[in-house]
Amino acid sequence: MTVSLNDLVFVAMALVIVVAATGVVMLKNIVHSALSLILAFVGVAGIYFQLSAGFIGLVQIMVYAGAISVLIIFAIMLVMDKSVEKTNLFSPNIIRLLAGMGLTFLLFVTLGVSIWFTKFPVVPAEGPVDAVGMLANLFMGDYVIAFETAAILLLVAVIGAIILAKGAEDKQ
Amino acid sequence: MIGLTHYLLLGTVVFCIGLFGVLSKRNAIAVLMSVELMLNAVNINFVAINKFITPNDVTGQLFSIFVIVVAAAEVAVGLALIISIYRHRKSVDLNDFNLLKW
Amino acid sequence: MFEFILPNAWLIPLVPVLAFALIGLFLHRWPKISAALSIFSIAIAFILALVIAGGVFSAPAGTVYEFSTRWLDMPGLQVDMGLLIDALTAVMLLVVTTVALLVQIYSLGYMKGDPGIASYYAYQSLFAASMLGLVIANNLGQMFVFWELVGICSYLLIGFWFGKYSARNAAIKAFITNRVGDFGFLLAILFLQIMFGTLNFGELSDSMAGFTNMTILIPVAILLFCGPIGKSAQFPLHVWLPDAMEGPTPVSALIHAATMVAAGVYLVARAFFIFSAVPQAMTVIAVIGGFTALFAATIALTQNDIKRILAYSTLSQLGYMMMAMGIGAMTAGMFHLMTHAFFKSLLFLGAGSVIVAMHEEQDIWKMGGLYKKMPITTWTFIIGALALSGIPPLSGFWSKDEILLGALASGHIGLYIIGAFVAFLTALYMFRLIFVAFFGSNKAGAEKAQENSAVMTVPLIILAAISVVAGLVNSPLMHNAFGHYINSPAGIEPHPSLIIMISSTVIALAGIAMAWLIYQKQVISAEDLKYRFEGIYKVLYHKYYIDEIYAWLGARLVDGMAKVLYWFDIYVVNGFINAIAYVTAITGEVLKFTEDGQVQTYALYMFAGIVLLLVSALYAVYTVLI
Repeated sequence: MTVSLNDLVFVAMALVIVVAATGVVMLKNIVHSALSLILAFVGVAGIYFQLSAGFIGLVQIMVYAGAISVLIIFAIMLVMDKSVEKTNLFSPNIIRLLAGMGLTFLLFVTLGVSIWFTKFPVVPAEGPVDAVGMLANLFMGDYVIAFETAAILLLVAVIGAIILAKGAEDKQ
Repeated sequence: MIGLTHYLLLGTVVFCIGLFGVLSKRNAIAVLMSVELMLNAVNINFVAINKFITPNDVTGQLFSIFVIVVAAAEVAVGLALIISIYRHRKSVDLNDFNLLKW
Repeated sequence: MFEFILPNAWLIPLVPVLAFALIGLFLHRWPKISAALSIFSIAIAFILALVIAGGVFSAPAGTVYEFSTRWLDMPGLQVDMGLLIDALTAVMLLVVTTVALLVQIYSLGYMKGDPGIASYYAYQSLFAASMLGLVIANNLGQMFVFWELVGICSYLLIGFWFGKYSARNAAIKAFITNRVGDFGFLLAILFLQIMFGTLNFGELSDSMAGFTNMTILIPVAILLFCGPIGKSAQFPLHVWLPDAMEGPTPVSALIHAATMVAAGVYLVARAFFIFSAVPQAMTVIAVIGGFTALFAATIALTQNDIKRILAYSTLSQLGYMMMAMGIGAMTAGMFHLMTHAFFKSLLFLGAGSVIVAMHEEQDIWKMGGLYKKMPITTWTFIIGALALSGIPPLSGFWSKDEILLGALASGHIGLYIIGAFVAFLTALYMFRLIFVAFFGSNKAGAEKAQENSAVMTVPLIILAAISVVAGLVNSPLMHNAFGHYINSPAGIEPHPSLIIMISSTVIALAGIAMAWLIYQKQVISAEDLKYRFEGIYKVLYHKYYIDEIYAWLGARLVDGMAKVLYWFDIYVVNGFINAIAYVTAITGEVLKFTEDGQVQTYALYMFAGIVLLLVSALYAVYTVLI
């Protein structure tokens, strides 16, 4: 069993992602959590590059690590009027905490067992040279309606977000 | 030798961490961030399965883009909601929001 | 003409139905047009009936015309509807249309000025249609439908003056009493459908021939007879008929004397093949008929209301017909039905004429000396009474004589004696009525009485003429033509006997003579008799206290049952319902704690469900994976 460079990169990326994700949940400062989240996003982008899905990786960096992260940081800034210490604590409901932990563990075991024992029909191939072109063809071809719907969704979400964040005018 | 199984296991781990965050954090923004983790886990699965099982196709990548689009919209609306709630209640602690009970 | 009318005999009931619909929907604002339309429609039906009768009686005896069409077709159940035209039908068609036509014309005078004339004529048309439909039905199911329809019309017309408390009560009483009988009738129909798979009279008759299990047929026949008991007001369901006199008098004449109450007798005649196959049922019919005849005649002796006397007389005569059916003299029973329809409707219309002249006075003791004021009414009434009493050669003589003859010929000596005694009583109470109301001294209310207009007297005269001659169709003078056409293979057909004729004439004359002695000459004092037999008089005057017994039974039985059911409802039904509500409320009280309003708790539930599904799916494919 030889260990290739590719494998090492995967292990490194996976470690970064898992550590960063754990940080998102475990850190007590919400700003630290947000930064940890950006790290996780970047790690996931690395996984995409490794899976020769460069376009998705770029989108991941631009949308997640760029836009969404900025949004989250801004939101944190808007809602934290006092100190940011102890802003990201666990819920005080111990029963629910334990139940959530058990549930998560059970889910992990179930999924892990299923994945581990499944024989996937892996097809060895290099993959398409022009993946972005194929994506473009699909977006403008078979999936054009879904594509347009997603566009409308984004528009609606932007308008909705503005209205919600601006707050309804006081009619009194 | 790293294969599909490992990518999927990575997705599972990230998903479970996200789920735990959703169920246990008291800050609404943290919950939203955990949801983003879960969505990323799903995207990892999409892209990995696309790569290993249907390598000559890009449908998995296509769907991961749709997921990213929806996630972006969700984050925008979700954060707007949190800000709106914060205006009224001066709090983002989910434990304070229990109006809809018996 | 006959060839066209015969397969289209459904036109006969259809014409009055159209009149009913037109009056009910459009014309009820114009009473005169309504009345004219109703009379016109029944006149058409009368003409059609005449054509059919002419055709049937010119054909050889025993010819049956039947037209049938499929109404309902389901696996295991075929329901037909159709027409059955034979001599029996033809006679009934003629009787019903004739009496209905005359009664409707008469009603023009009787109902004059009543605000409800349009609806009166609408009901009359509906009744005529239903009765004619009943008569031409070729199966029991169809007959039952029309049977109920005539019941409805009867209810509507008894309660026609629904402003009167007694009229409303009488209508309800008639309806409920009939319901008891009709329940048995319906059960019998269901039994017959289950046992033979058909309700068609002809097919039933055929399958009856090969049927040997007579034990099961006994309850069916007796249940079937429950219908006639209710409709023809036989004991013990007779209580509604006297009260039905609350309706307008022409209604009493048409429905509660001539036609509808005779439907029971007609049903027995139609289904005679069923009854005649079961001797026990025949005995029941004969005994109930004979008992009702005697029972009602004795009550009639003591009543003072002119319509009630006639009502009890009707009961008595219906009992006579049933008795005839029961002893197997089906022809005689039908013959008496026909003659009775004419002279009893004549008597009722005469009574109506008197009531109009006396301004709604019905007590015979407040009348008197009417023969000078109202000659036509008096003489036609006397003709009717003579026919009813059985004086030759009037119609009642021939028909009553045949029943008595049948009783003797079939060996029912006891029933013959009852029949003869009832004939005596009939003559007595009828002439008691006549001597008191029409002769004797003028009473206060009778002074101003005067004869009614021609629209009322002409029907009386026509009916009187028919009452005189109708009996001849089955007399030896016409070679028993009626019996020649209407006969049943199971029925008896005795030869006329001169001795019976003479004896029954003597009996009737004796009754008249006795009435003359008591009420006209007053040789025997009526008051004296009343005091001497005070106990009997009281029982008779109160109609054997049957109504009181029913009321007492009703109070005990119905109230007791109601109390039990009330308890059951409160504690068992309500308890069950309340228990469901209570359990639901408790469950809600407990489960509400799962709803703490926190979004993460709900997320927990959701993922718990998903994980549960995943785990069970994993467990299901466990062996495949490992």
